[in-house]
Amino acid sequence: MSPTAGTDRVAETMPTYVGMPSFPDAAREAVADARLRGNLAHATTTIRGRRAAAVAELDDWEALRAAGKQIKDHVLANLGHYLRLLEENVTAAGGTVHWARDAAEANRIVAGLVKATGETEVVKVKSMATQEIGLNEALAEEGIAAYETDLAELIVQLGDDRPSHILVPAIHRNRSDIRDIFLRAMDDAPEGLTDSPAELAEAARRHLRAKFLSAKVGVSGVNFAVADTGTLVVLESEGNGRMCLTLPETLISVMGVEKLVPSWRDLEVFLQLLPRSSTAERMNPYTSTWTGTHPGDGPRDFHLVLLDNGRTATLADDVGRQALRCIRCSACLNVCPVYQRAGGHAYGSPYPGPIGAILSPQIRGIGSDVDASLPYASSLCGACFEACPVAIDIPEVLVHLRARAVEQGPRHPLERAAMGAAGWTLRSPTRLALAQRAASMGRRFAGRRGRIRRLPGPLSAWTETRDAPVPPPESFRAWWARTNGGTEGDGR
Amino acid sequence: MSAREEILGRIERVVPTRPAADVAADYARIDRGYLRRHHDDGVLALFAERVADYRAAVVRVPEHELPAAIAERLAARPGEHGIASGLPEEWTAATAAPLVRDPAADALDGLAGAVTGCAAAIAETGTIVLDHGPGQGPRALSLVPDYHLIVVRAAQVFPDVPEALERLDPSRPLTFVSGPSATSDIELSRVEGVHGPRTLEVLIAE
Repeated sequence: MSPTAGTDRVAETMPTYVGMPSFPDAAREAVADARLRGNLAHATTTIRGRRAAAVAELDDWEALRAAGKQIKDHVLANLGHYLRLLEENVTAAGGTVHWARDAAEANRIVAGLVKATGETEVVKVKSMATQEIGLNEALAEEGIAAYETDLAELIVQLGDDRPSHILVPAIHRNRSDIRDIFLRAMDDAPEGLTDSPAELAEAARRHLRAKFLSAKVGVSGVNFAVADTGTLVVLESEGNGRMCLTLPETLISVMGVEKLVPSWRDLEVFLQLLPRSSTAERMNPYTSTWTGTHPGDGPRDFHLVLLDNGRTATLADDVGRQALRCIRCSACLNVCPVYQRAGGHAYGSPYPGPIGAILSPQIRGIGSDVDASLPYASSLCGACFEACPVAIDIPEVLVHLRARAVEQGPRHPLERAAMGAAGWTLRSPTRLALAQRAASMGRRFAGRRGRIRRLPGPLSAWTETRDAPVPPPESFRAWWARTNGGTEGDGR
Repeated sequence: MSAREEILGRIERVVPTRPAADVAADYARIDRGYLRRHHDDGVLALFAERVADYRAAVVRVPEHELPAAIAERLAARPGEHGIASGLPEEWTAATAAPLVRDPAADALDGLAGAVTGCAAAIAETGTIVLDHGPGQGPRALSLVPDYHLIVVRAAQVFPDVPEALERLDPSRPLTFVSGPSATSDIELSRVEGVHGPRTLEVLIAE
């Protein structure tokens, strides 16, 4: 399969949500939904404040961030070495390692492993990798029911909905929405259930307890895999992860090939960076680590599926490669002005927000409308870069991908709009590369809030009229003003 | 070609494998300018404060008062409590509540709680680490029952994450516990009590 095989590649790698319109179309609908906007604004504002406090508590945050970046870059530069080392150590500890070129192959492997146990049900702990490959749907086609056990995933599954946030997939639902979904779709929901979060959590606990105790197969993702020990690490909050990792007889974990750290010691960096960046806690309630199988404790059979699915193609792009440093904390979503208003669904992928805008088009290729439009789903304000615990320069990658979208993407109105608005800059990859360098330079002149006030020298002409270095086809603000907050017809 | 060969081949074309010694030399050059610890003094007090921040009950007790403290805690929670082989006998010497040693897996859901020791603790983050060795039981013991009482010896408390990790053995299954089971899934606010033990109590023995 060629990395640029267009739409065929999309189907094999990561399903685009059915009939998914391009980002501007999807965002227009979302922005018009006042309730959704309210839920998002409330949740993201809360977490932003708490995250800032959690980060400010550590005065060496920037040093931790720099180390996190370097460790991940080192892994990417030596990926073959560390993958072989991981395979060797997982196998030596009693696990079985499988390799999957793409989503379809990973799904076949997992379905085959489940069938071999004779079971028709699995319990799952929230995992971005299995979302990415559409594992639940693939298992359903094979007659295997996958039960999501994370509260937010349960809300999404019961509501027949799609996730809209990496960490909190049901962030677009408020407590009364959740109560309504439970009363409608949870067969054992208590009568008179209120919208108190404690009662909702209690309902989920009772609903899933029997499943946990009887489950024979668990499916998980992996936050970190330690190459030199073969240890797998999963961070979570509710205890559903511990249940899935511990109680079943068979455990199947799916991880992207980039989720490695070289050595046990490296966790000292990531166990500080990840909880504070994602849930704004000093530490998440539960972290489990395991190495192969442990006689007398936990699963007797452990399988690790190493997933490529567009990651090696991403590795081949010098600029885009840094997206593979991502540790899925979701801090970039919470600080993004575009995400906060448009919500996660508009991104048409399990990976929404700024990281999704650079990850999805790289994993899936830019053959579809939504993927070709994602690099434009940003005002390039730079807040995502500042929040990123592994310093991924998301604006730099966005600008780079815009050039690729113009060169390779489908010809559709977005491209024409981009051309019209951005003029000569976007027409030539060379000029775009210059703009890209200017953009990253711009961030060095950015103020506290990530906005560029004034660039030096010849670049000052840009900043006289705008505070972002590269003009998007139509900035979110301009669109917002023109359509009166999305309530009026677009007239385009 | 197998998937393994193909994926490693794709990687090889972009970032060719170098001799292990060169990789190790590069790894050693990673700049670790971060702190090994954020606090030097008052580590036990910090640990107690940080655990309490998660809404877990924390009590500092002199070592010789530990049996009475455990007895008192368990008396407040009627029902049988699970313990694992290797838990020091004297810890439960004063306990009147019924104890089940090494309960079977299918008995765990009927227990009122579990009492365990731990392998290490981290003051900065209020974290307790179990390595499921003697006195801690298999992972399910401190997971399925709704109440978990952990005894932490003062000497097991390290100031921060790096020093604690150094002392843990990754070949063992490890569980890092920071407060009771919780979720941030409803409007991004922390709510205690979902699938793991909804009540966590910690006795620091000094």
